[in-house]
Amino acid sequence: MASFKGAISVDTERCKGCGVCVVNCPMGVISLAKEVNGKGYNYAYMAEPDKCIGCASCGIVCPDGVISVYKAKL
Amino acid sequence: MTVQDIIKPENLVYQKSKLLTNKPFHYCPGCGHGTVHRIIAEVLEELGVGDKTIGVSPVGCAVMAYDYFDVDFAEAAHGRAPAVATGIKRVWPDKVVFSYQGDGDLAAIGTCETIHTCNRGENITMIFVNNGIYGMTGGQMAPTTLEGMKTATTPYGRKATLPAGAGFDGIPNNGYPLHITELIARLPGTKYVTRQAVYDPAHVRNAKKAIKKAFENQINGKSGVNFVEIVSNCNSNWKMEPVAANKWLVENMLPEYPLGDIKVDGKLVEK
Amino acid sequence: MGELKLMKGNEALAEAAIRYGADAYFGYPITPQSEVIEYLSEQNPYERTGMVVLQAESELAAINMVYGAGASGKRVMTSSSSPGVCLKQEGLAYIAGAEIPCVFADVVRGGPGLGTIQPSQADYFQNTKGGGNGDYRNLVLAPASVQEMCDFVALGFDLAFKYRMAACILSDGAIGQMMEKVVLPDQKPRMTDEEIKAKYPWAINGRKNGTQHRIITSLDLDSAKMEEHNIHLQKKYKEIEENEVRYEMINCDDAEYVFVAYGSSARIAQKSVQLGREAGLKVGLLRPITLWPYPTKAIDALIKKGVKGFLSVELSCGQMIEDVRLACNGRVKAEHFGRVGGIIHTPEEVLEAMKKQIIGE
Ligand SMILES: Cc1ncc(C[n+]2csc(CCOP(=O)(O)OP(=O)(O)O)c2C)c(N)n1
Ligand code: SF4
Ligand code: SF4
Ligand code: SF4
Ligand SMILES: [Mg+2]
Repeated sequence: MASFKGAISVDTERCKGCGVCVVNCPMGVISLAKEVNGKGYNYAYMAEPDKCIGCASCGIVCPDGVISVYKAKL
Repeated sequence: MTVQDIIKPENLVYQKSKLLTNKPFHYCPGCGHGTVHRIIAEVLEELGVGDKTIGVSPVGCAVMAYDYFDVDFAEAAHGRAPAVATGIKRVWPDKVVFSYQGDGDLAAIGTCETIHTCNRGENITMIFVNNGIYGMTGGQMAPTTLEGMKTATTPYGRKATLPAGAGFDGIPNNGYPLHITELIARLPGTKYVTRQAVYDPAHVRNAKKAIKKAFENQINGKSGVNFVEIVSNCNSNWKMEPVAANKWLVENMLPEYPLGDIKVDGKLVEK
Repeated sequence: MGELKLMKGNEALAEAAIRYGADAYFGYPITPQSEVIEYLSEQNPYERTGMVVLQAESELAAINMVYGAGASGKRVMTSSSSPGVCLKQEGLAYIAGAEIPCVFADVVRGGPGLGTIQPSQADYFQNTKGGGNGDYRNLVLAPASVQEMCDFVALGFDLAFKYRMAACILSDGAIGQMMEKVVLPDQKPRMTDEEIKAKYPWAINGRKNGTQHRIITSLDLDSAKMEEHNIHLQKKYKEIEENEVRYEMINCDDAEYVFVAYGSSARIAQKSVQLGREAGLKVGLLRPITLWPYPTKAIDALIKKGVKGFLSVELSCGQMIEDVRLACNGRVKAEHFGRVGGIIHTPEEVLEAMKKQIIGE
């Protein structure tokens, strides 16, 4: 069991739905939503929040800097 | 522990740099320009030099980089960013000056300024985003376009030469992908020359380290140009989805433009 | 008191830049003005005042270095001659759009193309009508002596900073190369970084903590804003046309016929006036000092006072004549006389041209 748990918050209105975070999350946490944001993009969201380890890979790779990553000790 | 419990200021481990303004990037989804902007801003913020940094943006997709960085900025004519940066640095030697250019800007129309700025050893940082194409103008051939690569001006693929004709072993055509970074690394005026990428987290981390070094050298008064090439995608003009474009980049761009340091502390890296 | 010295026009220009407290010069050699960068290099102004002198790889690079350094609030200058000024037009258009103050000198040689290294005034169009893209103007000052080559550096910088634009010193090979006595101004101190920051809040030289970052650009994708910017520029140009016209009148009080000439042509035409007066002709000389803004109103006033014709005397095939004719607006005769290719007209042939083309036998 991991001693840390992570979570991300996506600025959904600014997400462009490029999917780069999706393929770079080692835990398969992120998916693109079926719904679109105001700009018409299928925004990223935590489809499997329990799996997030707060590694920040998604935040680091997001071209638009719309992901903030949080990590808490269990 | 719920998501709400975790998403609290004290648990924050990553967010975009405060040295970026709130303006959303105008770049296409998945474009590497945004990632490069982000890590430059992070480096400048970590080095605490936001107040003394002056950036120079190119003509190219990054023309309005000045809207995104919360530092003073000048927009240069196509290809002239190194000259503009030279002008600024010469009269404000204590400021941190960097140029940001695409491949058309830096390696075609601005080749003269690029080479001479590097040869003079201006104490600046040059960021070079190589996406192998003219992004802004709709995907024409760039000097860095790969052989065989289709662009708006090489619709049948870039051909360095046309097939041999009578008396010729090949008729000159589009020429070869230009390795400007290897070229300028040979100049005594360059201090640090490296090629990086930003398509996955590990490479973003490496690229950020390289950019940090490129700024630290300048700040520490090491003389000479610090030059960071980033091999990036232009998924729109490559006509691919962003994720597919990054895969194509790894498979096609990187063999032609291998990653890694080319010159460190004024010495060419032995391969 | 100023120092009296015998100098070439190009050297006086260079020395004036140092004494004005200029921060930088970026240039590329070309005859007939290479003395500017040679003199500056020899004087080692970095030791004298801290002024930077850099030989760029081209005029393109030089003007873009000016763009950068000027954008940062420093006093920057470049110089060149005709084919080199062509290359600078790209940067000058950006400088106009981004409103960057700077001074550049064009020591004109003959053209088109590589032309000749001999004196010429065929860059009138290039400098007064634009040359780069877009609706813009440069201030254009036309020295007629080595003294003015010196004095117009200070005037050029003052105007450039007053209006945030480029000021051109439009000289020619004759003025650049001739030696004359010149009274040099005293050395002014260069502005300190703090003074620059306080005086030019628009300049990019590192934002102050907590304040907005500053942007120097000529671009705006928003059409409404771009139109607004252009209207702003035109307003500024209008203000300059109202306030900054400079010219000299010689023997114009009772003149019936007037030579219009600037720079070295004005020196010759002044002789022609003297010869004409000796022959009983009521001739005078209008010498525009600013070529843009042009002394249109001065020509208008002369016509209202009874002047019956103008002869535009130029070392070109007829460029300034267009502005003379615009000012005359068909009311009186306006013709051009000029020699080109490096040949300089004599006072006698200039007077002869006035008799033939304007006065009539
Ligand atoms: C003098 C001039 N020539 C041509 C152009 C048109 N133009 C704008 S950007 C560009 C190429 C940009 O390509 P690159 O530097 O690779 O930047 P990217 O958009 O790919 O990031 C061209 C040709 C211009 N603005 N100015
Ligand atoms: S990488 Fe960023 S912009 Fe792209 S889908 Fe993920 S959150 Fe959205
Ligand atoms: S922090 Fe790591 S595990 Fe969590 S969503 Fe982002 S990439 Fe996936
Ligand atoms: S056109 Fe290409 S380089 Fe320009 S923003 Fe889009 S993906 Fe990026
Ligand atoms: Mg490109």
